[in-house]
Amino acid sequence: MRYAMAIDTKKCVGCGDCVVACQTENNVPHGYCRDWIVESVDGTYPSLSLEFRSERCNHCDNSPCVRCCPTGASHIAEGGIVLVTPHECIGCGACIESCPYDARYPHPEGYVDKCTFCIHRVEKGQNPACVEVCPTQCLHFGDLDDPNSEVSLALKDRKWKVLAPEAGTKPQLYFLT
Amino acid sequence: MKEELFASGRNIPNIDPYLNIWHWQIPLYLFLGGLAAGIIFFASYFVIRGKEKEMPTTVMWATIIAPIALVLGLGALFWDLKHKLYFWQLYTTIRLSSPMSWGAWTLMAITPFSLIWVASYMKVMIPGWSWKIKLLENYDALLNRQRKFFAWVMLILAIILGVYTGILLSAFNARPLWNTSILGPLFLVSGFSTGLATIMWMSKNKKERKVLARLDLIFIAVELFLIVHLFMGFMAGTEVSTEAARLFLGGEFTVSFWVFVVLLGLIFPAVLESLELWGYHIPVWLPPVLILFGGLMFRFVMVEAGQITRFLY
Amino acid sequence: MKTRRDFIKISAVGAGATAVGLSAFGTKRFKFFEPKIEGPVSDEDLTPYPTYCEVCFWKCAGWTYVDKNGRIRKIIGNKIDPHSNGRFCPRGTGGVGMYYDEDRLKTPLIREKNADGTQSFREASWEEALDLVASKMKEVKEKYGPESFGLFNHGTPGAHLEHLLRAYGSESNAEPAFANCRGPRSSAYYSTFGAYIGSPENTDIRDTKCLVLIGSHIGENMHNSQVQEMSAAIDHGATIITVDPRFSTAASHSTHWLPIKPATDIALIMSWIHVLIYEELYNKDFVEKYTFGFEQLKEHVKNMTPEWAYGITDIEPSVIRKTAKEMAGAAPAVVIHPGRHVVWYGDDTQRERAMAILTALLGAWGKRGSLYLAEAVSIPKFPQPEYPEPEWTWKDLHEGKYPLASMGVTTELLKASVPRYNYKHQVKAWLVGGTNLPLSMPDKKLFKEAAEAVEFIAVMDTMPMEVTGYADVILPEATYLERYDPIRSAQNRVPNIALRMPAAEPKYNTKPGWWITKQIGERLGLHDYFNYDDFSEVIDWQLKQLGTSLEEMKKIGVKMFPRKSGPLYLADGEDYKFNTNTGKVELYSVDFADEGFDPMPVYTAHPEPPQNFYRLIYGRAPMHTFSRTSNNPNLADLMSENSVWVNPKVASLWGLKKGQKVWLKNQDDAITSFPVAVRITERIRWDSVYMVHGFGHSDKKLSRAYGKGASDEEMITNVLVDPIMGGTGMRGNFITFLTENPGKEEANL
Repeated sequence: MRYAMAIDTKKCVGCGDCVVACQTENNVPHGYCRDWIVESVDGTYPSLSLEFRSERCNHCDNSPCVRCCPTGASHIAEGGIVLVTPHECIGCGACIESCPYDARYPHPEGYVDKCTFCIHRVEKGQNPACVEVCPTQCLHFGDLDDPNSEVSLALKDRKWKVLAPEAGTKPQLYFLT
Repeated sequence: MKEELFASGRNIPNIDPYLNIWHWQIPLYLFLGGLAAGIIFFASYFVIRGKEKEMPTTVMWATIIAPIALVLGLGALFWDLKHKLYFWQLYTTIRLSSPMSWGAWTLMAITPFSLIWVASYMKVMIPGWSWKIKLLENYDALLNRQRKFFAWVMLILAIILGVYTGILLSAFNARPLWNTSILGPLFLVSGFSTGLATIMWMSKNKKERKVLARLDLIFIAVELFLIVHLFMGFMAGTEVSTEAARLFLGGEFTVSFWVFVVLLGLIFPAVLESLELWGYHIPVWLPPVLILFGGLMFRFVMVEAGQITRFLY
Repeated sequence: MKTRRDFIKISAVGAGATAVGLSAFGTKRFKFFEPKIEGPVSDEDLTPYPTYCEVCFWKCAGWTYVDKNGRIRKIIGNKIDPHSNGRFCPRGTGGVGMYYDEDRLKTPLIREKNADGTQSFREASWEEALDLVASKMKEVKEKYGPESFGLFNHGTPGAHLEHLLRAYGSESNAEPAFANCRGPRSSAYYSTFGAYIGSPENTDIRDTKCLVLIGSHIGENMHNSQVQEMSAAIDHGATIITVDPRFSTAASHSTHWLPIKPATDIALIMSWIHVLIYEELYNKDFVEKYTFGFEQLKEHVKNMTPEWAYGITDIEPSVIRKTAKEMAGAAPAVVIHPGRHVVWYGDDTQRERAMAILTALLGAWGKRGSLYLAEAVSIPKFPQPEYPEPEWTWKDLHEGKYPLASMGVTTELLKASVPRYNYKHQVKAWLVGGTNLPLSMPDKKLFKEAAEAVEFIAVMDTMPMEVTGYADVILPEATYLERYDPIRSAQNRVPNIALRMPAAEPKYNTKPGWWITKQIGERLGLHDYFNYDDFSEVIDWQLKQLGTSLEEMKKIGVKMFPRKSGPLYLADGEDYKFNTNTGKVELYSVDFADEGFDPMPVYTAHPEPPQNFYRLIYGRAPMHTFSRTSNNPNLADLMSENSVWVNPKVASLWGLKKGQKVWLKNQDDAITSFPVAVRITERIRWDSVYMVHGFGHSDKKLSRAYGKGASDEEMITNVLVDPIMGGTGMRGNFITFLTENPGKEEANL
């Protein structure tokens, strides 16, 4: 089982719903976010292209954050989801330094926090909060090992890319272009 | 024109616009760790070479600094932790993939060992010293008999400690400035250099200082060589690497690095030491102070600049 | 300068409010008083309460989830609701912030004149505040007649106030939503098709083959179901044509983006009409069967060729022809989106007419993929006496100027409040609810004059918005999450209703709108119009009339009803009488001709920016609703301030750097109170700048929004009035940059 997410950049309008929904679902403290929108503009008026990307932790297959954690608080859970166990985290910040996507942040309580793919919902067969709320339905989540899952179907006939592949982390967030 | 920006107001404290998770505690700890590594290395080295009598400061007096530096460093490290109540979790497991983990254990070993090293010389440093307890007296005798073996252990531990301070940073590929294997050897050599500087400052023996000065010159030369290659590597690398290098070649860290670290911290003291070796009279404290200052600045600059460099955004 | 009514920023009362400590949440750091919340709560441990959102006017229905401690945790959409399809937009999801915002109005406030001549607000009890409002209403009724009490309203708070005012005997109300927003399209489409477009718009985007957006920026304006349907249309491979001088989000997802020169849209649309007619691409069946005035139209557009339009719009003739052909090829499944905020240049009703004519030529009315025949559930009226007939209404306020206006014009209501305009019907007092007039009305001078001239202003609001600084009495309303409100029944494909019920008790000393208006009504002796103890009785009665009940609605939230008015689409060749003078779709408008307006749209050139000035274009951001949400903690996190978009060529001309703060000055020498950050982007033309509306708040009590960004409204001093329905065209303003602080006193609004 390998959970992954596909983001359809042809439909994303960068509204930030995924950001707010994650905050209300997961009680993210104000001023912090587990996911965010990046706007990328290219070209010269009027030959322009615009891409919105809803980004978050990539739950990498080869995650540097898990490797560099001195206590094992950063670990891989079912389906390849990368999680942090708060009471094992000492707040050293090594994982934050090691993430090429700058997806982690120090929670005010002291431990390190980040996107959990809403594992508390996924366990019950629901989608993560961001996927559930997206008005354009551009977020697809599921099990890559299941050819009929939403994410597998989304990836099937489309071109896609990942972010910073040169970092060698094998990220599991696929951006459909 | 290419424009890339956060469109959802992301402005996480200490992460945006630049990473600033590690503040002064980490560079201080790296400096003190390197310093202690240097001191312990040379203490062990000269013991192994059998030069205990000619290098008293190196082998005995300077080693007092080592445990003090390590404890201070560990204190700084503890202070930096954001989830302090759980710090003990560090010592419930050893994770070989994490430099921070085996570094923590190495420190766990080397700190008491360095104390024991000092303790084993108490009788020489303070004539008439007695441990009062029979068990300790026995250990003291044992150590003094097995000093060479002890020195080998300390030598290896010192090298691990010295290299670890560099590998700790270079393990973080996500920070382009640290994403180079030169950092390990560079920090090791720098640590040795600062260690030598401390010993030189403490030493009252002219001959000893001469030996140390010659060694120091070699290490400074190696350091400069590694720094040049560091930048050559960056400039030949990917976009993020060249951007990282540019911080030092025209960017905001140009002055602090080339003036304070290289000029004042390496080249100038090297010149002074050479002059000293050729017979000119140089105040004893001057080169060591400059080297120590340069070493500290070097680590501050590397930690701060490294956090500014990032892959994305 | 001493004025009758000084603008009071509620900060003057700040210390008092916290000292009174009406609740434990008196401090900003409410977290200290709350139990520690750790991590997410599973849905099974949450209780859902049905509601419909009030953050914007789309009114999406959803569920407010409350945990075991009674704390509101999140709001999720109702899956069967056609407005949201189970997915709320970021404003709706962030609606919890409206509830938790500590800057909320907490208690009634009354304006007092102090001994030293200054004015400030003091806290009052509900008794006192309501007594005061009622006594003033009686006073106005006796002195001038109830008609002289006017109302500015929006949304459900406005509905309660409107009911109160009508029972009291006045119909002198105006919504900014008409003259300052969608008015031109109402009048234009009504004259053409005999039907209003309504809200949500009856655009069948999800089944369309071609979506044409004239300046509409769906995706940045977050009309929930329309953004969802546009996404579905993209999935189906629909052609999207966006006409916009700015590279909007919609433009980036479009098949064709026409980077039009601002203020020239009519020329483009007329040339499309020319191509459709003269290249015989129009829907002949539809035109023959249902329209009137084709020959006149054909003659009228004879010279409006694409080549002619090219010289005006900067859009190449080949592009004009190509896009016209694409529309014709997709017809009748084409949506020419009527837009929403369409008050641009003063000839907006004519531009909307052009869009309506284009729609008719394509036969894109009443067909799948075009404009469907919407229907709404008719909510039975709760028993009450007939409203009294006022001697004059908002229609008379216009003094015959805007014969084709279908609602009150806000600027007319303002002018009628100022004696020196000598209106026959004078307005002497205001009720305001659900709208922040100082930031939404153009021509601030007029607003200030009017606010100072009237004898009494009562404002009902949830937040200390700028409009509250002009009030004599401030009535703090509970948010939509804490109250019952009228049943939602909006037009849709399938008629439906939605229930709003409170998920929590009103915080602080706030009260629901229904309670406030009932209390005032009873003090005015209007008990018969408020014949209930709790508004839930009204809702229950109405629901029972409709065949359901409050019980049932609490469980399902939304209920669908079968259509009564016939199918969603017109059958081919079906006989249909349009609600116009001629009974047909009027390509040639008889109404307009009768009133002396151009019966068919004519392009008129509009002034261009002078040297060193740039046209100010403004719009929306998907995470905010006008100025309403700038202080919402969740939404302010997403976007805390606006920026001014500047083309790189212009930026290099002025030496502007990314993120640099500049003040803006317009052609009338008005200067923004606060500086705004520069965003250097290729997405905007070199002759224009763009800003998101709703920032630059000047009320200090809005702790998160105060001073953030600049208010585009301050730059809108030149109002281009639409002679047909009184619309206030706002895009005829030009700004220049001031890189140094002009040292202006903070605008006293």
